Amino acid sequence: MATFSETFPSLPLESLAAASASTNAARAAAVIRQGRARSLEDFAALISPAATPHLEAMCAASQSLTQRHFGKVMRMFAPLYLSNECVNICKYCGFSRNNPIPRITLPVDEVVREAGMLARRGFRSILLVAGEHPKFVSGNYVVECIERLLPMFPSISLELGPLEASDYGPMVAAGCEGLVVYQETYHAPTYAELHTAGPKKHFLWRMDTAERAYAAGFRRLGIGALLGLHDWRLDAIAVAAHAQHLLRHCWKSQVTVSLPRLRPAAGGFQPRDPISDRELVQVVAALRLFLPHSGIVLSTREPARLRDGMMAVGVTHMSAGSSTEPGGYANFDESTWTPGEQPAEQFHIADERAPEVVADAIRARGYEPVWKDFDRSLVADEPRLAGAPAP
Amino acid sequence: MLPELPTETLRIAGRDFKSRLFVGTGKFSSPEAMRAALAASGTEMVTVALKRADLSGSKDAYANILEFLEPERYLLLPNTAGAQNATEAVRIARLALASGLPNWVKLEIHPDPNYLLPDPIETLAAAETLVKEGFVVLPYINADPVLALRLQDVGVAAVMPLGSPIGSHRGLETRAQIEIIIEQARVPVVVDAGLGAPSHAAAAMEMGADAVLVNTAIAIAPDPSAMAVAFAAATIAGRAARENGLGRQRAKAAPTSPLTTFLD
Repeated sequence: MATFSETFPSLPLESLAAASASTNAARAAAVIRQGRARSLEDFAALISPAATPHLEAMCAASQSLTQRHFGKVMRMFAPLYLSNECVNICKYCGFSRNNPIPRITLPVDEVVREAGMLARRGFRSILLVAGEHPKFVSGNYVVECIERLLPMFPSISLELGPLEASDYGPMVAAGCEGLVVYQETYHAPTYAELHTAGPKKHFLWRMDTAERAYAAGFRRLGIGALLGLHDWRLDAIAVAAHAQHLLRHCWKSQVTVSLPRLRPAAGGFQPRDPISDRELVQVVAALRLFLPHSGIVLSTREPARLRDGMMAVGVTHMSAGSSTEPGGYANFDESTWTPGEQPAEQFHIADERAPEVVADAIRARGYEPVWKDFDRSLVADEPRLAGAPAP
Repeated sequence: MLPELPTETLRIAGRDFKSRLFVGTGKFSSPEAMRAALAASGTEMVTVALKRADLSGSKDAYANILEFLEPERYLLLPNTAGAQNATEAVRIARLALASGLPNWVKLEIHPDPNYLLPDPIETLAAAETLVKEGFVVLPYINADPVLALRLQDVGVAAVMPLGSPIGSHRGLETRAQIEIIIEQARVPVVVDAGLGAPSHAAAAMEMGADAVLVNTAIAIAPDPSAMAVAFAAATIAGRAARENGLGRQRAKAAPTSPLTTFLD
């Protein structure tokens, strides 16, 4: 079976992006009347300037589809950064190896301590994030983190540098549920320009990471693009196409998509083709009309007011109270969840509200924050749950 | 107010149910809204996804859905949602029992997390194992009459064919197959999934289903309690009509003039 990177060259991304930009009003209206995007061409029409006047109708359709499949609930998770060591040079990333920031890899005991702070805040789903560095972020280190965190977090996902399926195997066996890897941009020349050194240069190898993760047994696959690196419409169309490929080829996995916007970070990279708030909402609604069953993730990169509004238009997973620095939670005031200095952060978040404040905002909009939606016992022969009754 | 409309009591595995509306507990906007809707529905059986519950006994305040379900009021029917195969479903059913939940289980195995359609092969394997271990097994299945019979052969307490995919609100798209399942059934038939309107529930009861299970349509309604009452009324109406010969009349229509008098 062909992987996404093998079919990618025949994907007419440039012409779809051009068609999107030049969609006329009648075509946009016709797709919106369908209530669904039934093809990539439909999706391109929905993210076009011509569809923007129909945003309210798109959001209503997106909300209806989202509620029917996911319910009036919001799944909560928190990122925990293990390490900012990185062998790559990426022009937009705070962790880029040429940035003079303090470099940290958390000892496992500190990982557990930080995770404990998140667990006390309610989180039962955690995303472990690290820069790409085979020495500091080794497979054994990751497996040890998973094993130590499972008693607190029934759901653990990883966001690491791409690996072989055989490297992922022990992480799945240790109880890890999901893997997240963003392509950053699907525009190959831009990708080559922005990733100048390190293994991340391998554009097509990165593209098939989700499929290698599926082969290793991960149940949740997260993909996405970082908006602000290239034409956002082209990257959104590519993410939609990639998700569609995964739904066919990795049919047992829950696919989640995310379109984070570039945030200020060390290095001072300036976003290209910036996407407005209105356009971001439009693209989320369009993703829902194309992918009715896929999770859509919205992180604390976005400001509170926008996040609150987007809860009702298709988003299904939210982080809250995040630190993007290894060891960063240790600098939080635990009574108020106020962040202290974060000199080694990957980027600066926009929504700094405490998790419980975000949860209250979710409730105020008629949704229930769901902290636990996966049980370790589904995959483990002998669940190592805190306080589990003896067999 | 509607007058009381008594219908026959439903018996599953030796337990009686006056209400033929079963309700799911996912997708509600709050636990309070869920609790109110369950009470309003008059249901006596509610299903709950174990993956959302705390099964460790540590009374986790962030996974406390079970605390909102009064066990003296409803039979809690733990479901195995999240399981992708028989091994996982069996494991989570055992864990539920060990954590003090009833030995009833709604067996649902859907490896595809998108349409959530049940895997017939894994479901049959898990049902066989769980029945042998003493569980009361209610399997969620596609409307496949032969699978329904195979499951009855291994001893399930009811079968739960879907009307249409979960959350689709498309009603009884599998009507013809469910009619065969009902015709051949030796255990109660509960139509589950896809019932998006009270009329769908009424239609299922009119065609002879023993009960219906509704979740999404109640949970995401602007007023879940009001929608729960609407489904309850429709379920009763459909059942009462059935008990008054509705479906049987239709299936065996009598011509207005006898056709065989020439033989007398």
